[in-house]
Amino acid sequence: MQRLFLALLSGGLFGTGLLFSGMTDTTKVQGWLDVFGDWDPTLAFVMGGAIVPMFIAWRLTTGRRPLVGGSFPAPPRPEMDHRLITGSVLFGIGWGLAGLCPGPAIASLSYNGTGGLIFLGAMILGMAVAPFVGRQLDWLATKG
Amino acid sequence: MEMDWIWGLVGGGLIGLGGAVFLLGNGRIMGASGIIGGLVDGSGRSTAAERLVFLLGVVALPLLLQPLLSDAPSTHLTSNIWVIVIAGLLVGTGTRIANGCTSGHGVCGISRLSLRGLVATVFYILAGGITLVLFRHLWGMI
Repeated sequence: MQRLFLALLSGGLFGTGLLFSGMTDTTKVQGWLDVFGDWDPTLAFVMGGAIVPMFIAWRLTTGRRPLVGGSFPAPPRPEMDHRLITGSVLFGIGWGLAGLCPGPAIASLSYNGTGGLIFLGAMILGMAVAPFVGRQLDWLATKG
Repeated sequence: MEMDWIWGLVGGGLIGLGGAVFLLGNGRIMGASGIIGGLVDGSGRSTAAERLVFLLGVVALPLLLQPLLSDAPSTHLTSNIWVIVIAGLLVGTGTRIANGCTSGHGVCGISRLSLRGLVATVFYILAGGITLVLFRHLWGMI
């Protein structure tokens, strides 16, 4: 029960932060990516504002356990792989085209109209086929 | 407009606080694509309740707070259905293949000094920037 309450609280903070910061507004996201247009610096402030509490949180994990028990995530893997790069490039193209990434796409569900629903549907479909696409990419990588 | 950066910092702080609660409370990384994707492909079946409740919070609190805002939030999403569909497919597929998005690799990865998180973030920002150069400035499509 405690686990579910904390998940609800965390989700609420995340969704509210995305709304207040303007990150569910596609013009602000595209405005930040568009360095040759009317550049909008907001996204950098959002990233900075989010990284500070998270940096402290990661420091606090040392020698402790999560509140509800269990263990903290394993340290990040050091090595790079083709999936990390290819996946991020595909994601970045979609992010640039529409100005939406997964968090804001969900957070704006109540105010993003039909277009937002269609985006979510397409995103979920993309997630469903991703394991298959990933295996094709692995095959291409071993061939090349 | 001149207040935007303050709201950016405040909103960003709330996002980071949400991530801190999920990490220190539940021992989990707050990555939107991972939380949704695990429900879509079944890989997160054992933690489905936690994922669904998180997503409920993401949708519900902004909905409840909207009456308090002076203006109704606008997303300015394009009306071009093909752009929406193609972008959605790319975002869904790409984030799952890369195992993270702006929240997972960007916020949670960089803050733990993960090289993978930083590299992913550099690549999706570069790809997004080039996409705007091509599709907006060169071809005038978005």
